[in-house]
Amino acid sequence: MNWILGLPELVLAVSALVILAAGVLQKKDEAFLPCAMLSIAAFVVTGFLVVRAPDGIAYNGMLVVDAFSRFIKVLALIGGVAAIALSIGYSDGRRQLPFEMPVLVLFSTLGAMVMASSSNLMTLFVGLELSSLSIYILCAIERDRLGAAEAGLKYFILGSLASGLLLYGMSLVYGYAGTMDYAPIAAEINGTGVVPLGLMIGTVFIIVGLAFKLSAVPFHMWTPDVYQGAPTPVTAYMAGAPKFAAFALILRVMSGPFGAMSPRWQMLIEVIAALSMLFGSFAAIPQHNIKRLMAYSSIGHMGYAMMGLAAASPAGTTGTLVYLAAYLVMNAGTFGVIAAMRRRGHEVTGISDLAGLGRNNPGLALVLAICMFSMIGVPPMAGFFGKFMVFAAAWNAGLYPLVAVGAVSAVVGAFYYLRVVKVIYFDPAAAPFDKTAPSVSFVSVAMGLATVLFLIGLGPISTAAQAAAQALIGQG
Amino acid sequence: MNSAIAQIGLGPFLTVSAALLVLGVFGIFLNRKNIIIIMMSMELILLSANLNFVAFSGALGDLSGQVMVLFTLTIAAAEAAIGLAILTVYFRNRGSIQVDDVATMKG
Repeated sequence: MNWILGLPELVLAVSALVILAAGVLQKKDEAFLPCAMLSIAAFVVTGFLVVRAPDGIAYNGMLVVDAFSRFIKVLALIGGVAAIALSIGYSDGRRQLPFEMPVLVLFSTLGAMVMASSSNLMTLFVGLELSSLSIYILCAIERDRLGAAEAGLKYFILGSLASGLLLYGMSLVYGYAGTMDYAPIAAEINGTGVVPLGLMIGTVFIIVGLAFKLSAVPFHMWTPDVYQGAPTPVTAYMAGAPKFAAFALILRVMSGPFGAMSPRWQMLIEVIAALSMLFGSFAAIPQHNIKRLMAYSSIGHMGYAMMGLAAASPAGTTGTLVYLAAYLVMNAGTFGVIAAMRRRGHEVTGISDLAGLGRNNPGLALVLAICMFSMIGVPPMAGFFGKFMVFAAAWNAGLYPLVAVGAVSAVVGAFYYLRVVKVIYFDPAAAPFDKTAPSVSFVSVAMGLATVLFLIGLGPISTAAQAAAQALIGQG
Repeated sequence: MNSAIAQIGLGPFLTVSAALLVLGVFGIFLNRKNIIIIMMSMELILLSANLNFVAFSGALGDLSGQVMVLFTLTIAAAEAAIGLAILTVYFRNRGSIQVDDVATMKG
């Protein structure tokens, strides 16, 4: 029983429970800030433990710790810290988030970490549900706002439908492979020349369930409404950690247990990737709300990241991981600016509200412009390296039509990203925003810098991603 | 358990669970009235998967399927509680739980 491998998760779980208890004992109005600070501290401690944790398999093959899980966990933790930092800025003034918000982010990130480390269908499902159930509550955490309640309701209904389908798929895989551990499933598929039909159907259900969590087309319909309705820090969180975890699962499951079947599912992933890229680009054009725009943008980005998965090669996996790292920084930077969009204490989310930001607040404008250029994939920014690696991997795998679709949607996507840049620098100025909270400025500036200076970190990041991809290929 | 499955085979179990799944999915997509019905349909989907797990577990002589069912039941209970809580919050803001009314955001 090698429990030390589960130490980061245990520490995060216990600290979440302790912070929850501490928050209940505080006075209602004063509980948020200490809880948020303690949560960030818990994240930092967990991050340290994650980086230092040894490799291995623990808890009767339920939990695996390797370079891959470590990479995803670090991304998820950074996403969690950024979301809590944004929520501190969101909570000053009249509108106050309840102290449960950082605690729920902790629980959700815990679920994401369990997902990243899963080596059994049981851990997969429990981690996924822990992460999703927390996010359902987070969406509706502003109880007095109709939009938030509606976002929570929509996400709950569609998310639990996805979990149900995933569970049904898992039951079929269990029945036809005879086990829930990943390694024996892989052995079973490798051993039998003919894959049973039940196993195929089960795999398709699992892909559908995970694609739902990733908000990949055709399972994306919840994304724009939920992104728009949920409180901005929650949206920032949702666009990060849970997506990385779902990607971790889909990468691990597809290259591990179902790796031997790759010719059969590759086509499905290619179609999902192509549709997501196209839809993400075209449907974003008529949007007026920046949070909705970011929803379509995230659908598109998931499509690009999936391109690496479709390549079904170590280079493709490495590309996907680097893409996710780049997406983390540019996405958090953008949401930092969105969180700063407030006039007289009220949040504004129209793209036209950004007019004049270039004059009123040059720093934030620069961050937003950097993030937008990075999302297009303009060279020295983070997004370029991610895009380059997945495109190269897909090209080398011979997926020329997919690369062409990707190139077209990148060009179309450039249109709406550039429109945001045009609005902030060249449109007639609107009234300036309120003074930005320090934590919000910190997140946007730090993430903006990370986006610009991604090149410096590129060496270590891609080495880590390569090690992660190796660990993944090695397990199957 | 084992003897029952040995006698009648896996077929009927899988058929019933597939029927439950289809009922649940159609209950969500064809129902235009009440959100409570959607939540009932979701429970049906989870139960159909549970039935599969138990049936396979009996047929395979492997306990992990039944352990999984215990986890799933717990998670389903938590999910139902959260769902009803969100629905209550929504009702207080909107004054209705009709499916057609859940559309203030569009586009």
